[in-house]
Amino acid sequence: MTRAVPIFLLLLAFPLAMQATDNLFYVSLASRILIYAIAATSLNLVLGYGGMVSFGHAAFFGAGAFTVGILSAEGVSSLWIAWPAAVAVAALAALAIGAVSLRTRGVYFIMITLAFAQMVYYIFVSLKAYGGEDGLPLQGRSSVGLGLSLAGDLAWYYVVLAFCAAVLYGLHRLSRSRFGRVIDAIRENETRAEAIGFPVYRYKLACFVLSGAVAGLAGALIANQSSYVSPSLLHWVQSGTLMIMVILGGVGTLWGGALGALVLLALEHLIADPQVGWLERLAPNYQDHAGLAVGLVLLAIVLLAPQGLAGIFSPSPKHPGGSRA
Amino acid sequence: MSGTLLLEQSLNGLQFGLMLFLLAAGLTLVFGIMDMINLAHGSLYMIGAYLMATLVQATGSFWLGLALALAATAAIGAVLEVSLLRRLYGRDHLAQVLATFAIILIANEVVRILWGSQPILLNPPPSLTGPVTLPGGLEYASYRLLIIGVGVLVALLLYLLVSKTKVGMRVRAGASNREMALAMGVDIRRLFTAVFALGAALCALAGALLGPILAVQVGMGENILILAFVVIVIGGIGSIRGALVGALLVGIVDTGGRAFLSLFFGAFLPPQLASAAGPAVASVLIYLLMAGVLFFRPQGLFPARG
Repeated sequence: MTRAVPIFLLLLAFPLAMQATDNLFYVSLASRILIYAIAATSLNLVLGYGGMVSFGHAAFFGAGAFTVGILSAEGVSSLWIAWPAAVAVAALAALAIGAVSLRTRGVYFIMITLAFAQMVYYIFVSLKAYGGEDGLPLQGRSSVGLGLSLAGDLAWYYVVLAFCAAVLYGLHRLSRSRFGRVIDAIRENETRAEAIGFPVYRYKLACFVLSGAVAGLAGALIANQSSYVSPSLLHWVQSGTLMIMVILGGVGTLWGGALGALVLLALEHLIADPQVGWLERLAPNYQDHAGLAVGLVLLAIVLLAPQGLAGIFSPSPKHPGGSRA
Repeated sequence: MSGTLLLEQSLNGLQFGLMLFLLAAGLTLVFGIMDMINLAHGSLYMIGAYLMATLVQATGSFWLGLALALAATAAIGAVLEVSLLRRLYGRDHLAQVLATFAIILIANEVVRILWGSQPILLNPPPSLTGPVTLPGGLEYASYRLLIIGVGVLVALLLYLLVSKTKVGMRVRAGASNREMALAMGVDIRRLFTAVFALGAALCALAGALLGPILAVQVGMGENILILAFVVIVIGGIGSIRGALVGALLVGIVDTGGRAFLSLFFGAFLPPQLASAAGPAVASVLIYLLMAGVLFFRPQGLFPARG
């Protein structure tokens, strides 16, 4: 945790540097990465710490986003109502889905969470009054009151950064709490944890709901980020992307989700956006094929860095996680 | 609800189910024998459809193009297995998900580079473009009947291969207990390359046959991949019989839901609500089916592991 302070200070100074050099676009990109860092970290809580491979996390992410979107369409744009509502809706969805899904194990758990997420996807797509397949534009970012506004890129960045820091700190504290130890024990040996007398099912469900709630928060933020809610936030490819971020960054490590979000989104941006001279000469229109490079990099990481990127920096992670699902 | 409509929708459901079976058969064996999650299975389906479209144009013959596309996709599958996937068998499921997700991205881009982003056209053979009249007076597209015929034939051949031949016995042995099969002297590595190539050919067959009905485009593999996973989870991982039953269930429930739910809701809901609720519930139906099956039979309908 000691390395968190310099990183945090760096992130605090980042937008000021960008403003000084007239690169405000990067502040918006950084906000986006931080929001995905929150979403990926929430998935890492169930997947890495809890050992529950949820392939349906987009359901909670998207439910949070759509809650903000639908409330905004109904004229409720106050942050103090919309964001807690987004978290509550996502938590309730996680409670319902988790209660059924946690009865299954292994691959079947992966598939049943996917099935529920697809159901949520189709339900929202069928809500024609709220955009359906076209998605739902927001009036603007949520209103704070008190004479404050989230419209500016800098203000928005700091709000997102505060949430991201709070989530990471919360995960750090959680993993060292009694609750975190029990979750560890359940992941390592469920039967033994049960035999010792822990109510395994209830602990797993609590972990799942907490993770869903945080994903809902990330969803509320992403809806505000672009003032637009797309059903693609709920699509299974989104669940896959979040999972890729976690695996890429490091399963069951504190920084895994954030690191994975940073690397994946920065990589996509680097390849797809600026003109890189030598690449342009080598392969004209290379930007159209960003997926190719991202795919090759992911493949290289699987084959060369089995513990994810966090494993490169600290060779023996506290949470080896990622047990055979 | 008339009898012909019911018959037509049943045939559509059967046709869709059989194509899902072609995809699910390879997937369930790969999953069952090597305990490997292969998200890139849908990419082989896409590659098969694209190769089919190109080869039909190059050779001028639907059937010659089909044969070549199957062979080529099987070869691609075998190369993929030997060069890359083989390294992933010993790894955990998450590494497999990441690696095969990467293969999806790569395959999509390679296809986009070679064929462009626009959907391409694939025509059914000229002799099969018209409808035929079935007993009972139903006019039904002859090409769809061909798909049903091929699907039934392949399902039968696959059943005979897996349950009656020596190779099939080894495959079943591998699916139900890999270590024991190895100890009994089954060369799992070579067997698996063969199973993978066969699975790839079946993918290509599904892609090639569905090409004239659906659009041949980048990303076509991802949507159907999830359905194939739903099928094998319902059927029980590693079981060919389960894959067949699951595929037919999903095909018929999905097609039937889309065709009849609006009518059903219309019977007791105001028309506006019924026309909105119908498609929504229809899309959810197969996932509901899967959740229900898993709730009561957590190992699927026909668990392969005894």
